[in-house]
Amino acid sequence: MIGLVLAYMRDRPLVTALNILLLALAVATLAILLLVSHQVGERLVRNAQGIDLVVGAKGSPLQLILSSIYHMDQPTGNIPLEAIALLRRDPAVAQVVPLALGDNFHGYRIVGTEHDYAALYGAELAQGRMFAAQGEAVMGAQVAAKLGAGIGQKFVGSHGLGDGEGAGEHHAHPFITVGIMEPTGTVLDRLILTSIETVWDVHGIAHQSHEGHPHERASHYDHGHEDHVHHGSDGQGEANAGTHPDPEVTALLVRYRNAAGAVRIPSMINRQTDMQAAVPAIETARLLSLLGVGIDAARLFAWLLATIGGLSIFVTLLSAANAREGDLALLRVMGASRLRVIGTLMAEGLLTALAGGALGLVAGHLVLAGVIGGFSPLAELGLEPWRLLPGEFLILCAVIAIGLAAASIPALRVFRSDLAQTLARTG
Amino acid sequence: MTVRDAKAVLEARGLSKSYGLVPVLHDLSFTLERGRHLLLLGPSGSGKSTLINMVTGLQTPNAGEVVIAGEAMTSLGAGARDDLRKRRIGIIFQTLRLVSAVSIRANLRLAQTLAGQTVDNAATDALLETLAIAHRADARPRQLSQGEAQRAAIARALITKPDLLVADEPTSALDDANAEKVAQLLLSTAQAQGSTLLIATHDRRLTALIPNCFMLEAPVRETCP
Repeated sequence: MIGLVLAYMRDRPLVTALNILLLALAVATLAILLLVSHQVGERLVRNAQGIDLVVGAKGSPLQLILSSIYHMDQPTGNIPLEAIALLRRDPAVAQVVPLALGDNFHGYRIVGTEHDYAALYGAELAQGRMFAAQGEAVMGAQVAAKLGAGIGQKFVGSHGLGDGEGAGEHHAHPFITVGIMEPTGTVLDRLILTSIETVWDVHGIAHQSHEGHPHERASHYDHGHEDHVHHGSDGQGEANAGTHPDPEVTALLVRYRNAAGAVRIPSMINRQTDMQAAVPAIETARLLSLLGVGIDAARLFAWLLATIGGLSIFVTLLSAANAREGDLALLRVMGASRLRVIGTLMAEGLLTALAGGALGLVAGHLVLAGVIGGFSPLAELGLEPWRLLPGEFLILCAVIAIGLAAASIPALRVFRSDLAQTLARTG
Repeated sequence: MTVRDAKAVLEARGLSKSYGLVPVLHDLSFTLERGRHLLLLGPSGSGKSTLINMVTGLQTPNAGEVVIAGEAMTSLGAGARDDLRKRRIGIIFQTLRLVSAVSIRANLRLAQTLAGQTVDNAATDALLETLAIAHRADARPRQLSQGEAQRAAIARALITKPDLLVADEPTSALDDANAEKVAQLLLSTAQAQGSTLLIATHDRRLTALIPNCFMLEAPVRETCP
């Protein structure tokens, strides 16, 4: 009988295609919303895991979190190197990981930091070793894969944090790749890690080791670029141009030793210093709630679309049941049971919904892959367009339920119809 | 004696039917022996369609019994009636019913499948050949001419080789030449398939070909014209 159902669907191809398309549009919208909201939420939470506080220059706390944890926005500015020691002296602080931003390589951010930064995300080396000497860099898994880089690969960083936005390349200070990390599913996959001292050297900033030891290549601050570690939004960097700027860092990622730190340290930083402290959990929740309103509205619209798709199937099958009344009666006369006959209508609703659902899911993934490929902010989020989520199965089930519900009323009419009367009426 | 060998392919015993207070058939009895085709003659409103519906199990009588090839139909439930109909009875409707979405060949295969038989492509081709519509086997019903559709409907009803082939007004809309052609075709094909014809009609032209008839308005078989 499935052949007969397909024959009926083929018999009016335009109507069948339009019904499938209507449902597919709804399912694609729902799938995209699901994939984006789920993965964004997951990424935001995973990337901020283990980080209790971010300390940086004053400005928007959300911007500080976005730039320092998710590496998505411009930093708020720089903070003095002494801030590291200030926080490390505090008994309530378990760990301080400094970050120095300012350059990129093909759009992948070069982060001056310590080995603890990789440890924060549980990253392990797939090849090579961690950076040690000046100019050494370790690539995240995605960076190495996309750029086809290997151990020993030399590269020159560009100024700025995004591809094409820089003011020039640091030709005098090439990096050498000494390690490649295993994939972590975090922001680390899209970063290039090096030492803070290397970042300072690249930008001609005179320094000792930020832990207090004289740097072996401290004389390298007389190269072409004498601007700051990053493009600060507060203009601090520009203020120091033309002089030998002091070594600074962009942000500090802080882990508390105990709960007392959460009570005391943010207020201490915000009131008693020129820096700001932002709590990732609060800012992430704020971001998710901002995104959530838009996502909820879009989701509502998509379900509305799915309902319209269901109504369209209902109208189609109802008119088909009327038009096919004689055919269905003939099938009964030929020996098809009542259940078998209504099964043809139910199967038609089911197949339409299934085709629309499957097409919609594939389209959703395809559209997401296309958008990610052509729109870098989404790529920076690290979204995986081909990842399957259990929620997609639920969407498919819901759409199938809509298809079956839409088919059930015409089917019920056929079930209740009197065969002799139908034959007389349609004779 | 097996059921297939039953001498009477149809027995109507004391059938009565009324719609509300209006009686349509009263205490009607007749027997149709295997191979002895029967015309059921009567004007519109005489109860031909009601009788056909009771014979084919589409309606149940208020009283009496229908027996098809030795199997009682009236006392059966709806599902069992459907089963008996699909095994024993073929029906040709006045409006030449065929499943619209599939080809003529697929209609015949579907009829075999629904009757619980295995699809016999050779038999399908042979029957279409006999009815001279083999060249239209892959056409949809709506692509056929009236004459081709008539023959396709006969093929659809006969492909399952039913014991009883019931035809409702198969020639009423046709001119003399075509009426005779269709009737001849029905007779010869039914004979070839081993089916017995019960034709309900008001078309008295058919009595020339099928002298065995039953008048509904004057239920005395021997007074047919």
